[in-house]
Amino acid sequence: MANKPLLPEMMKTHGVSRRAFLKYCASLTSLMALSPAMVPRVAKALESAPRPSVIWLSFQECTGCTESITRSHSPTIEDLIFNSVSLDYHHTLQAASGHAAEAAREQAMKDNYGKYLLVVDGSIPIKDPGYSCIAGISNLDMLKETAAGAAAIVSVGTCAAYGGVGHANPNPTGAVAVSEIITDKPIINVPGCPPIPVVMTGVLAHFLTFGIPELDALGRPKAFFGESIHDRCYRRPFYDKGKFAESFDDEGARGGWCLYKLGCKGPTTHSACATVKWNNGVSFPIEAGHPCLGCTEPDFWDNGGFYKPLSVPSGDYRKMGLAAIVGGAAIGTASALLSKAGKAKAVKAHETVNAHDLEKSS
Amino acid sequence: MNNPAFDLLMWARGPGFDIALVIFVGGIVLRLFEISILGRKRDLAPAKGNGFLQGLKTIFSRSVPREGLVKFAPVTYIGGYVFHIGFFVAFFFFAPHIALIDDAFGISWPAAGRVIIESVTALTVLALLALTYSRFTDPVRKSLTTFDDYLVLLLSALPLITGYVAVNKLFGDPTMMLAVHLLTVEALMIAFPFTKLMHAVSFVLSRYYNGSIQGRKGAES
Amino acid sequence: MTATLERGLNALREQIDAPVASFFTSCVSCGLCAEACLFYRETEDPQYTPIKKLDLMRRVWSREFTLLGRIGGWLGLTKPVTDADLTAWETLVYDSCTMCGRCTLVCPVGNDLTMMIRKMREGMSASGHGPVELIGAAQRHIDGNSAMGDLSKAIHAQVKNAVEAAGIPIEFDKPGVDYMVILSAQEIAEFPDVLSAMARIFKKADVTWTISNAAFEATNVGIQLGSRDIARTLVQRVVDAAESLGVKGVISPECGHAYQALRWEGPNLIGRAYNFEVIHIIELLDQLRAQGKLKTKGKNSRKLTFHDPCQINRRGGINKEPRRLMNMVAENFVETEDAGTMNWCCGGGGGVGANERAAPLRNIAFKRKKAQIDKVNPDAIVTMCAYCHHTLDNVLEEFNMEQEVLGLTELVAEYLDEDA
Repeated sequence: MANKPLLPEMMKTHGVSRRAFLKYCASLTSLMALSPAMVPRVAKALESAPRPSVIWLSFQECTGCTESITRSHSPTIEDLIFNSVSLDYHHTLQAASGHAAEAAREQAMKDNYGKYLLVVDGSIPIKDPGYSCIAGISNLDMLKETAAGAAAIVSVGTCAAYGGVGHANPNPTGAVAVSEIITDKPIINVPGCPPIPVVMTGVLAHFLTFGIPELDALGRPKAFFGESIHDRCYRRPFYDKGKFAESFDDEGARGGWCLYKLGCKGPTTHSACATVKWNNGVSFPIEAGHPCLGCTEPDFWDNGGFYKPLSVPSGDYRKMGLAAIVGGAAIGTASALLSKAGKAKAVKAHETVNAHDLEKSS
Repeated sequence: MNNPAFDLLMWARGPGFDIALVIFVGGIVLRLFEISILGRKRDLAPAKGNGFLQGLKTIFSRSVPREGLVKFAPVTYIGGYVFHIGFFVAFFFFAPHIALIDDAFGISWPAAGRVIIESVTALTVLALLALTYSRFTDPVRKSLTTFDDYLVLLLSALPLITGYVAVNKLFGDPTMMLAVHLLTVEALMIAFPFTKLMHAVSFVLSRYYNGSIQGRKGAES
Repeated sequence: MTATLERGLNALREQIDAPVASFFTSCVSCGLCAEACLFYRETEDPQYTPIKKLDLMRRVWSREFTLLGRIGGWLGLTKPVTDADLTAWETLVYDSCTMCGRCTLVCPVGNDLTMMIRKMREGMSASGHGPVELIGAAQRHIDGNSAMGDLSKAIHAQVKNAVEAAGIPIEFDKPGVDYMVILSAQEIAEFPDVLSAMARIFKKADVTWTISNAAFEATNVGIQLGSRDIARTLVQRVVDAAESLGVKGVISPECGHAYQALRWEGPNLIGRAYNFEVIHIIELLDQLRAQGKLKTKGKNSRKLTFHDPCQINRRGGINKEPRRLMNMVAENFVETEDAGTMNWCCGGGGGVGANERAAPLRNIAFKRKKAQIDKVNPDAIVTMCAYCHHTLDNVLEEFNMEQEVLGLTELVAEYLDEDA
């Protein structure tokens, strides 16, 4: 493991030119929201970065995050970044299985104690740790054990970052995010369901070059999660003009109008989807005609329905309204009857006014 | 990990809205029952005009000021018009609001563009400021003003201001501002049945009564 | 029995109904009623804002007719209305409101403030806060036959004069005629020419009529004072007289509140519809005109304007009729600004004219009417209410204005075509 090749050598073997490498560094620099003057530093850092050991733990997850990473095009620089780290444990990607696989993890931990990077995807069940085990070890134990020697943790995907689908109401497994369990290590959240591949590699690149990136209040790198989908959406002009698709097959939908009324969560979702896009910059969900689900935000599963507009209440408010009408009518009637009783009392107490009664007794 | 802003938004869209709606709808119904059950005695004087029809007509016709009066209370009249029309446009023609009405009642109509909504919102807030100013300075308004009036002005202004801030991301986290916007609307809804805001519903009754009383006599209203 | 706070509050409670509850609920204290008010406009004193004059009734409503108000009352957050409150409101309710009804027509939410003042006066009078002049008038009328005292001799004298002047007999208590005529005390005392005018017009039009000895007085101080019981007694006299004579109708004279009392409040006061119709003299004249039974010859060439009495036009619905009659007899008829439905009150209505305490305020308030008249500068002002006539006569003199005031019936009679 000590003689892991550096990036330039890897580039050579994969036939990637230096020009292409610098271009990548430039785009990475801009992605990370750094000044263009930083491009040489990024290039230098990447060229000389040692290959740290990476342990990737997959807990309650769907492998979508891994799928996303493997969708990066080959050969690509992103690919190389992953190749430039020593991915010592990833039970979907690694060749070893069973005891050999677990042995690889233990070995990597021992060899790189305090220095390795821990990547986690998937949530951790804490209601009963037995809900999800690997090699007889519960997710909770494995996370605690592996996190102890990690330099930092990257929570990849919304499940690891915020609990995700596992954490969704009613959360039968008691699923929680990594940050709920590990509190003494730096954690970078890279949410998304799944996260954009280049964002994952960008975060890793940043970690390799400059260390932990600047994070927002939700532990997300500001460079990738600083802006809302809505603010960067190419359909925004339609929103501003008040032009909306009302259904998935109307004129508005065909015309590429705003999907707000179809439930788009763009206004409250922070992600680089609208700028970086997916599949090598081809498209992103809204461009494909589907409203944003808001998958980079905590509890996005429970946001009141994917197809309910943000301005629509999430509860069963119509029933509440009907009940309120009945209740209001009942209380109103009671109050009015009380008023009428008071009035009737006054009528009963009425003594006919005589013209000679009109001066006050003093 | 939780996002307090997002959680607040979800609360405002969920339980918060439900609570506000129950008080809003229940309160309005309560007040309307409280008023209408009191009833009024049948008028035994033979009618000269049609009180029912004139009552209905007055519900609309009273929206137009009597000739020559505007100049005596320009701030109240003009400010009042700008505020009411502005609030109506900002509420009923902003797309997210239409989406809410569509969801609740299954009816919708075209939305207005951002330029219109935002300029109208700004004008409406200015009108509220002018109305508030007149409550501080104009002797008649000043003498009539109670806490209720200031509360109502504030509650009417807050959704406009927070909505503007949320849409334009003037300050604060946009998710938080959206949540705050919803909360201010919910405050307005909760206060509605029990403050002077209730006039927005009861004016229909009042104008009807006024028109029908005058109309029966064959008098104008 | 004497007037007490409790009787007053009870009277207010009796008056609160759905319209009142709706009106108080709707008020947003915009203050536009002030701009419509004669007394505010001329004094610019905010205490004369119409809705403020109703504040005590609003408090009773809020505390006893709303859920939240009741809870507030239980918690001691609001105070009940006291006798001192009623005393403080006395001048606002009686001296600075002629119940002219302008505020009712400008209120953006449609509150009938005038109707509420009428209701509030029920509470004021029952608690002993009515103006002494109105109480005196009520006593005189209840004990006798007119608010001015015993007018039975006066009416016979005036009828005698009219018979002589017109050369047409006028019979008292004649059953089975078309109409029973009642007169405002003001007409009997000050403007008796209306009798000969009616005699001549009705003769030509083949309208038969009589005057009842039992009920010849049209005014009803119960309406102004705010006492249904007194108003009912007075209305009942007219109804009894008319029904015993078996007339087709009763002619309500040129008197604003008398028309309000008999035509609109009366059936509700006595609890049933009448067996006869009530028609205002100007309505009747206009009907006769339309039927071709009233024809005139020649026109008055002076510059004439018309003053609309609040209770007859704005609150009574008689607006076009007097104008059609004016155009029959006036060559140079000019309308004042705000004429018609939004005309300004003479300042004497609603009992304010009889109220000595209100005299200084009334003179200030008249400036509005004066400005209206000055702008047109007519030779004479025609009206169809004897009390407006009386008030205008007095204040015009006070302000050294030259204009003459005329009753419309007399003016029409002056140009009656005797040959037609």
